[in-house]
Amino acid sequence: MKILVLFGLLLGHCGATAQAQDTPPAHHRQGVVDAAVPGGTLDALLFYGVGGAAMLSAVGVCVTRNIVRMAVWLFVALGSVATLYFLLAANFLGAIQLIVYAGGTLVLLIFGVMLTSKSPWVRFDTSLLERLAAGVVCLALFVVLCIVLTGTVWSRPQGLVLGTALVDLGRRLLTTYLVPFEVAGVLLMIVMVGAAHLARQEK
Amino acid sequence: MENCNRQSQMTIGLTHYLVVAAVFFVCGLFTMMTKRNAVGILIGVELVLNSAALNLVAFDRFLGPGRIDGQIGALFVIVLAAAEAAIAVGICVNVYKNLATVDVDKATRLQG
Repeated sequence: MKILVLFGLLLGHCGATAQAQDTPPAHHRQGVVDAAVPGGTLDALLFYGVGGAAMLSAVGVCVTRNIVRMAVWLFVALGSVATLYFLLAANFLGAIQLIVYAGGTLVLLIFGVMLTSKSPWVRFDTSLLERLAAGVVCLALFVVLCIVLTGTVWSRPQGLVLGTALVDLGRRLLTTYLVPFEVAGVLLMIVMVGAAHLARQEK
Repeated sequence: MENCNRQSQMTIGLTHYLVVAAVFFVCGLFTMMTKRNAVGILIGVELVLNSAALNLVAFDRFLGPGRIDGQIGALFVIVLAAAEAAIAVGICVNVYKNLATVDVDKATRLQG
């Protein structure tokens, strides 16, 4: 896991420097509607590789009928999203995604699978009609989303400051977002007590 | 301007990331609709939450770099997802203890 995080940090560093080097002058940026931060070819190749893996694993999660395989596909999906965070120059968030999500939440889910089935290969099958209806609805939603996404022209603020410092994130967390931050802390404590209470042994 | 357009064909824009997030959202929705295992439904919820977080970070990167608001939003999404997973797994374990199954169609004891 640590090796993964280190690799990701390196990757994010590469992406950030590549983007910083070939940042066009301001008058050029106004012309580009969609591509806000032009990167290099390496960036594009990395994105297509990681993004393809992410989409493939997401499809794997929803196609697989076996719950253990679903968890494994989810692990791949979470790792790919973490790599996408690194590519988006959100290094801290990528590390947090790997540590909390892939390292914590996923282990919790796998424990849930192990505690709630007599054998790990147990299946709950839904009817074909149900799956077909769900597939049609989801596909229609995806087509609509794609049409909207490709048709929208996003307005961007001028005078961009590239790169995000970790210091800035911490400062913002303790000034502007202090109340949500504290509420999240209290929530986590409540959840800890609640989960321990829910999972306790009956006397 | 032409130089700009040529360059933008190879660069990765906001839309690319949003399409990946859309795939995640749709797959999570499909998982929630078709799985009957409570833990499977939970995995679908995780996919949807990931899609939302990815959207937030992508918007933060391309529409307001240097502002970090999106990254902080994604941070809270991750925290809430961890909390939600802990509680949900606790509930699943309890349902299994009481009904000997986590099939959500069979857990009908609360239905009036």
